[in-house]
Amino acid sequence: MLVLEQALNGLQFGLMLFLLAAGLTLVFGVMDMINLAHGSLYMVGAFVAAWIAGRTGSFALGVAGGVVLTGLFGVVLEAGLLRTLYARDHLSQVLATFALILILNDGVKFVFGTDLPLSAPAAFEGPVELLPGLSYPSYRLLILGVGIVLAVLLWLLVQKTRLGALVRAGASNRTMATAMGVDIPKLFTIVFGIGAALCAVAGAFLGPLLAVQVGMGENILILAFVVIVIGGIGSIRGALVGAILVGCVDTLGRTALQHAFRAFLPPQWASAAGPAVASIAVYVFMAVVLAFRPQGLFPARG
Amino acid sequence: MRRAAPLALAALAVLAAALPWLLQALGLDFYLSLANRIVVAAIAATSLNLVLGYGGLVSFGHAAFVGLGAYATAILVSEGVTSGWAHLGATLLVAGVAALVIGAISLRTRGVYFIMITLAFAQMLFYLANSTKGYGGDEGLNIRARSVLGAGTFAVDLKNPVVCYETALVVLALVLAAVARFVPSRFGRAVLAIRDDDVRAEALGFPTYRLKLVLFVVAGMLGGVAGALAVNQQGYVSPNVLHWTQSGTFMVMVILGGVASVWGGVIGAAVLLLLQEVLGAWTEYWAFWTGWVLLAVVLFARRGLAGLLSAR
Repeated sequence: MLVLEQALNGLQFGLMLFLLAAGLTLVFGVMDMINLAHGSLYMVGAFVAAWIAGRTGSFALGVAGGVVLTGLFGVVLEAGLLRTLYARDHLSQVLATFALILILNDGVKFVFGTDLPLSAPAAFEGPVELLPGLSYPSYRLLILGVGIVLAVLLWLLVQKTRLGALVRAGASNRTMATAMGVDIPKLFTIVFGIGAALCAVAGAFLGPLLAVQVGMGENILILAFVVIVIGGIGSIRGALVGAILVGCVDTLGRTALQHAFRAFLPPQWASAAGPAVASIAVYVFMAVVLAFRPQGLFPARG
Repeated sequence: MRRAAPLALAALAVLAAALPWLLQALGLDFYLSLANRIVVAAIAATSLNLVLGYGGLVSFGHAAFVGLGAYATAILVSEGVTSGWAHLGATLLVAGVAALVIGAISLRTRGVYFIMITLAFAQMLFYLANSTKGYGGDEGLNIRARSVLGAGTFAVDLKNPVVCYETALVVLALVLAAVARFVPSRFGRAVLAIRDDDVRAEALGFPTYRLKLVLFVVAGMLGGVAGALAVNQQGYVSPNVLHWTQSGTFMVMVILGGVASVWGGVIGAAVLLLLQEVLGAWTEYWAFWTGWVLLAVVLFARRGLAGLLSAR
């Protein structure tokens, strides 16, 4: 039962990671751009959602406002600054987007304060009994549902629409796509905006579970990078598979290893080593994947 | 500028060495710790510049080596070992072995994957440091004693802030001299050749992988020394020295100062830390304004601040 519950938790965390990784992998894969500030969009989205939810008392309005405003912010950021960085080397991109982290962290602190309260909507407060003997928080089920719906929508967008076809063309060969008349800069402003909006969804829904605070984007950003490296840079499908794998390794590792350690280590050692080893497991997993598949599981460029 | 260089360099060295007494005369002793932090960060950034600038290897995990040096020293001190030479030996050993292992694996990848895998190793050490229950865990480790070099009347005890600063300054001078000699050396030219075109370098018969690994290990060991000095200055180490934002900060210093420039790391460390200090005295939101300065450098000074200076 515990394993099942943890598997659900892992899946739920993985789906939220996917929302972050989807935008990141496209920017990274198609524009060859390292965007360290992607985690800051997650933070901005969470803060805007929490602020609106606090003002209106409605979680749904908060999420909607956070998604729309963060999406617009992403469009402005891309068109105003990031676009000029695509042609620069990775070092310039690292410096510029690191600068953006500093600016956005302090900017959010100035506007909203260092943290904001955000609680799950009242309708999703209690647990639900999934199976006899297995009750599961309904809010986590909501996240799971939202994540699945968005993953399907994103898949439809990428595989079945004209916009998606253009994005895929850009991802596999940007020069050729440009030669065929695709307006890559405009396409990318749109893609970046969608990526930013997805960050806001993840920020808003994880907010009640993880806390909405300045700097919340920094650790999850690195996990998102791990996800896209495992999945294959530039591949949405890879991002989905990578995100679910990372979510499960992280969550299951935390509990399963704790149990394993308890069996043969003194309790104070077990409780200390468990979380550390689980966090490390994600990176070991990435190193193993890269050792066997240097381009990730689903390379975007054939 | 070339001609004036030796004189200017000598003047700078004298000024830097006399700084503690100058500050004391001006009643600004408080700034000695800032000066010390700049010197230590300059060592770390310069060591990263070896890999990042000269080697063209974008290592996103340099904090790993700095942190290992810091932990090696702090743990020895907390176990009652105060010999500075023991600290130095342990630091070089731990940072060197770690760099050997991390480099041996990471250097098989290239480009973005190299960035990510070096980052991943640093993150592993970060979480490992968080779980060192016996040595402070996530709260960090305070040390009461410091490194003592030698014994008796001539003992150099880094507990004295002036001694600590001067020691760090000597190390920085040695590192800079070594980097300046490294660039025109056979090893240095081979490294530059590999950076510019590693297929051609390999075709010319250079053992490219081995040379890159040697460079990576040397940089890691020097980074470790910076960490050992940092612990002596602050008397404290926590897992935060291994956090990825710390690796990012070292990278920012190098890029800000000037990639593949002997003084790049020094300029970057000095400018970034001074900026924090000056802006920090003026506003709580110093990071906000620092960010804008960094953005301006990216957009308008493409070769870093050292590039601006030498363009004149």
